[in-house]
Amino acid sequence: MKLQYNYAFFDEGSKREIRRATLKAVAIPGYQVPFASREMPIGRGWGTGGLQLTLSLIGNEDTLKVIDQGSDESVNAVNIKKLIVNTTGAPVTEETKEATLIQSRHRIPEEPLGSDQILVLQVPYPEPLRYIEPSEYVTKRLHGDKEYSGAWLMLFEQIMKHGKMATGADHAVFVHDRYLMAPSPIPRFDNPKMHDSEALILLGAGREKKIHAVPPFTKVESIAFDDYPFEVEQFTDKSCIKCGATHTFMDEIISGLKTVHQCNDSSHCLSRMNQEAV
Amino acid sequence: MGYVAVKGGTQAIEASIERLKFERLKGQEVLDVEAIKSGMRGLIDQVMSEASLYDVGLAAIAIKQAEGSAEEAVFLLRAFRSTLPRKHVTRVADSATAEVERRISASFKDVPGGQILGASTDYTQRLIDFGLLSETKADALNFLSNYRSEDSTSTDLGALPKVVDYLREEGLLVLFEDDDQEPDDVTKMNLEFPTSRSTRLQMLTRGQTGAVISLGYSALRTYGAAHPTVGELRIANIPLYIHHPLFEACDEGEDYYIGDIKVTEVESFITTEQKNQLGKTDIQFSIGYGVAFGQNETKAIAMSILDKALQMKDSPLPVSNEEFVLYSIDTVESTGFISHLKLPHYVTFQSKLDSARKKV
Amino acid sequence: MFEQPVLKVEGLRKQFGDGCGHCNSLSVDALEKNYCTTCGTVYACQDLNFEVYKGEILGVVGESGSGKSTMMQCLYFDKEPTSGAVYIDSYKEGRANLFEESSQQKRYIKDMVLGKVYQNPIYGLRMNISAVGNIAEKLISSGVREVEPMKARAKELLEAVNIPTFRMGEAPKNFSGGMQQRVQIAKALSNNPPVLLLDEVTTGLDLSVQANVLDLIKEIQRDFGVSIIVVSHDLGVIRMLADRTIVMLNGKIIESGLTDQILEDPQHEYTQQLVNALL
Repeated sequence: MKLQYNYAFFDEGSKREIRRATLKAVAIPGYQVPFASREMPIGRGWGTGGLQLTLSLIGNEDTLKVIDQGSDESVNAVNIKKLIVNTTGAPVTEETKEATLIQSRHRIPEEPLGSDQILVLQVPYPEPLRYIEPSEYVTKRLHGDKEYSGAWLMLFEQIMKHGKMATGADHAVFVHDRYLMAPSPIPRFDNPKMHDSEALILLGAGREKKIHAVPPFTKVESIAFDDYPFEVEQFTDKSCIKCGATHTFMDEIISGLKTVHQCNDSSHCLSRMNQEAV
Repeated sequence: MGYVAVKGGTQAIEASIERLKFERLKGQEVLDVEAIKSGMRGLIDQVMSEASLYDVGLAAIAIKQAEGSAEEAVFLLRAFRSTLPRKHVTRVADSATAEVERRISASFKDVPGGQILGASTDYTQRLIDFGLLSETKADALNFLSNYRSEDSTSTDLGALPKVVDYLREEGLLVLFEDDDQEPDDVTKMNLEFPTSRSTRLQMLTRGQTGAVISLGYSALRTYGAAHPTVGELRIANIPLYIHHPLFEACDEGEDYYIGDIKVTEVESFITTEQKNQLGKTDIQFSIGYGVAFGQNETKAIAMSILDKALQMKDSPLPVSNEEFVLYSIDTVESTGFISHLKLPHYVTFQSKLDSARKKV
Repeated sequence: MFEQPVLKVEGLRKQFGDGCGHCNSLSVDALEKNYCTTCGTVYACQDLNFEVYKGEILGVVGESGSGKSTMMQCLYFDKEPTSGAVYIDSYKEGRANLFEESSQQKRYIKDMVLGKVYQNPIYGLRMNISAVGNIAEKLISSGVREVEPMKARAKELLEAVNIPTFRMGEAPKNFSGGMQQRVQIAKALSNNPPVLLLDEVTTGLDLSVQANVLDLIKEIQRDFGVSIIVVSHDLGVIRMLADRTIVMLNGKIIESGLTDQILEDPQHEYTQQLVNALL
């Protein structure tokens, strides 16, 4: 018994169903569209939402890039890439500019994206209100009523306690003045890249069975009070030990007794180094 | 930083996969898929039930590939299931006319048609049978040729009345209108609350065996407990039919028979209070329903408890909260998300560090 | 003194159950108790009509099961009434039946037009959020997006209900019952609603704490000029607070009038029992 898998894994009916949900997400920016998330050959929580989006979209003209935490070579990125390539034969690149379809976990590439590119983000918790309200039944209604005081209240409490906002990654954003959206656990550093993005940004949560989207040229605003503005992570006085960049998101690397910094986006770093070499 | 090393990640992964294969084969034995099919009924039934894919052969391959890990085997089958187009829906299957292998009732000593014990470990002592160490194929064949399939019984195993029918005739059951609404399909939708009963039953029957049993047990042992009586547990081979694709409206004579599935079906009786015509309170019975592919008795009984608990909206039981139960019970979802914690989280952690270090 | 109704309730009904051939055919008064003996349907509120005037405290008294708490739950949209209407003069000029508004508008009304204080503070407060944060939640709902002015306003309100400054940053779960009720009152007042609903707010508190909270309610009514509906099973509480009083029994209003009048000259047999018990 030897079975062949379909092009891009799914049967065509499944792909069409996912694309329909995606279209709805694009039509209602920031709204979480429920969809019939399929079980995938990789684990729930390992990027199945993003993977389903990618597989439903990929075609013969596409060039694929997959990154995990900024790296093309991270275990999970490699695994996902392998599955997509095995079932489609799509060409793969590490060069952000060359890719038409970029699936990423927890980062938006440093290189600005263009109108001919689609960024697919993997989402663990699509519901930005979940920390305040445990029930899905209730949060659905809160979104319907545009009732977000709970989210503001969380920020207020942080300021009461710590004198500042204490959000880490996944700092919620308002999309086109309507829906509050989880941008997926990208660092705050990447939030501004969503605003007025030329590329279409799709976000898929496989385990939670939701798709949401930020269409090109959409207003995206990080939630913050007027007198306590939103701030990205600071890497003041730090530079990448490899390429010397100063305005990128950096990993801290403990090497011997001292801490050094290195660009988190490895392909961006590499291309900077190549440029210098020329 | 080998985990996310800029170069070499791919090679390391290849090596890890190679090592996995080595672990499976290092004993220099090749597990025969036929042997798994024939001797691992319990695991196959569990895996098919959690995968909600009834295919003994595929389940056996998955078990071989997963080296016997149920979690992993279910994962393989579920992923395979995603690639299959949905071509037909069977006609409604009726367990009352299916051929019964085992059928017991804990509520009545004498049920019409009698108690049929069938194959069960319930009546064994759990002593390790060291004789199995030296069991040979000849022993097996010898046993088989001596084993008389008991057809001395006059009972028609394909027409055993259901115990609930008896209670219904006595007027002891809370009656409901027939509900012929098309059932939801949880594999083709996202959960929406409040859920329909068909949604709940599907989520429960494909729930992780351990989770279903533990949650069902929690309702049994705690305050405000729902203590059911197993009205009937039956294990039956149910024939499945599909409509003739061209003559949808034709009568059942035109249907195609596509095979049998073995299921465990449980109807539990739970007492409820019901106001009668005179404003007095009567004790009546309502039913919790459990069903699972294969012989999965504990799971099916636990499912029947959960089915009932989920209908009790104002109950203090944690398992009456449907969001809690239905969001927690699926094996692919729970094992996947817990195992994702092994993935690198450098970026999110860096972001947390930044917040922690930022001085006011 | 009370010429202008601030809140008007018309024909409020709430039943639990679908009713049956027997009880559906009966008029309101024909049901002896508040439930149907045939099908068990409970008629918790049966055709309630009353008005609340500017700056007054209206008392609602009755035993448990009389329907007074159900009435309050309907007024604050915690339960959906079976039929009826409620109007508030400051909302859409008193022309909109609040029960028929959208869920979004109902949230607005709960934040801006009505304040409610529950018997059990877990329904009115976020127990794990600071007292200041609890107030801020209401201010956020009203559209404020600046932290410092919200802090200032919250402190002002919490001072008005005698919460010591050094405890304002704490979560109510650490507070005593009396303090929790005071924070609830402050929260309900955050956006200066014209009407405040108080549901058994002193029940379960020590007598001295009770007196303290009752004094506070009097004070608040005076300082904020808010109209208040006070529901209590305790005629003592009603006597302390209410200008006018409604007596409820089995889901119906059986007597209403100035509190003094009702206490001195109760007309209904049940009210007489209540008054006698008080003496």
